[in-house]
Amino acid sequence: MVAAFIRDRADRLLHFLWSGWAGVAALALLAAAWQAGHERWGGFILPDPLVTVRTAWTLALSPDAQAVLWLTGARALAGFALAAAAGVLIGIAAGYAPAVMRLARPLLTVILGVPPIAWIVLAMMWFGTNGTTVAVVILISATPVVFVSAAEAIATRDRGLDDMAEVFGHGLFGRFWHVDLRQAAAPLFPALALALGTAFKVAVMAEMLANAGGIGGALARARAMLDVPEALAWVLLAVVALLVVEYGLIRPFQGEVERWRRAAQPWGVKR
Amino acid sequence: MSAALDLRRVGHAYFGQSVLKGIDLTIAPGEVVALVGPSGSGKSTIAQIAAGLTEPREGRIARSYTRHAMVFQEPRLLPWATARQNIRFALRRSGLPRREWEERVAGAAALAEFDAADLGKYPVELSGGMRQRVAIARALVVEPDFVFFDEPFTALDVALKRRMQDLVIAASRAARFAALFITHDVTEAIRIAHRIAVLDLRGQGIAGTRSLPGEPGTREENFCFILRQRYLAEDPLFRHIHDVDERRRP
Repeated sequence: MVAAFIRDRADRLLHFLWSGWAGVAALALLAAAWQAGHERWGGFILPDPLVTVRTAWTLALSPDAQAVLWLTGARALAGFALAAAAGVLIGIAAGYAPAVMRLARPLLTVILGVPPIAWIVLAMMWFGTNGTTVAVVILISATPVVFVSAAEAIATRDRGLDDMAEVFGHGLFGRFWHVDLRQAAAPLFPALALALGTAFKVAVMAEMLANAGGIGGALARARAMLDVPEALAWVLLAVVALLVVEYGLIRPFQGEVERWRRAAQPWGVKR
Repeated sequence: MSAALDLRRVGHAYFGQSVLKGIDLTIAPGEVVALVGPSGSGKSTIAQIAAGLTEPREGRIARSYTRHAMVFQEPRLLPWATARQNIRFALRRSGLPRREWEERVAGAAALAEFDAADLGKYPVELSGGMRQRVAIARALVVEPDFVFFDEPFTALDVALKRRMQDLVIAASRAARFAALFITHDVTEAIRIAHRIAVLDLRGQGIAGTRSLPGEPGTREENFCFILRQRYLAEDPLFRHIHDVDERRRP
């Protein structure tokens, strides 16, 4: 039992790592284009990619920069957790109750219509220039996408499975937990990944505008000093941080929940 | 002996339009009743009401069986669960001790002639017939004394249908469960049931019933065929059985 479990996980991990070759190829293409741009326009506009990577590496090793990364990462994660919780909860309520859906839809349109930059300004005035501002702006920008997918997932669930569960004695909670929530998970994961990306982007932007430290603050400083390699190095680190969180947190969870989809794929086309 | 299931003057309406009215139907313990009727006459709604999935607008339902199960037209398996987990899903709320589950799942899979080697597969990896076998195993695993079948084999091809019918006949003989078997196939009804009830064309009551001679499973193919021809050609009860009025479907 345990051996089979470990074999299954190891098998999936190896498959995943093997699929990494495609990612490496894409990154190599990007690096080549970057290098070409560097040779065409010179180091001031687009610094040497190797120099940028080296700068990023030096930054990543320095304790000060690590603290900056942790700060932004923690803020982004806190905002993401808030947005995910709020989006999933309200979304599920709206999926079951059309009245909630009808009330929430126009509100969402209004919220989405306000530019994120305006929220940053408002949040700065309400909460001051600190982590709360960043978290609130993430909450406002990332919740709608989670809400919509959760609401759609619940509203379009297979009611036949609910009936089946009811026949076999499952009550309201059992049907929600064993049937509806599992069905909703499939469309929810891509939305969560999207929300996580939004959380990181908005965190950096809010930090920069609110002068609240973190990667955004470091970027603002690099801009003031016209230090392009350092600015690009920070961008690189922010992207890496996002990838680490997405592939360390969301994807394994998704892989566990969607094991059956892999079973549906014939040999040779497993992605 | 009191009836396993007793429907009295049951009626139902969708959006104010009456689809069922004055349905009286009694099923004795261990009795398999096939309910036939034309498409759109409300057969499935009766099964839903009898199984407690739909609240009827009027009428009374008395159930004296201890545990029911249902096989639907589609297998209705959880796509994220293996065949074994799908069968086990019915056991969760059955109150049967957990240590017996493994054994019961194996037993039910054997009854449904589902290969034990495939129990670890997901529904997407199984053929349509195998999925329906899992659905049947899921119904049998709780050892029900009443089973609802809602046109379970309509989507299967003729040969597979016949094997599934034999399987249900054997299971009902072995486990002695009572059943309400919804179908629009008169041959299927003759093969499987003790008694056939015919639903009125517009769902306005049970038009009539016909008791079938002998036990299901002991009737010869030839006999079933001749009886079917006689019902369809001569018996006024079956006159509208193949009428279809799609517009009236809810």
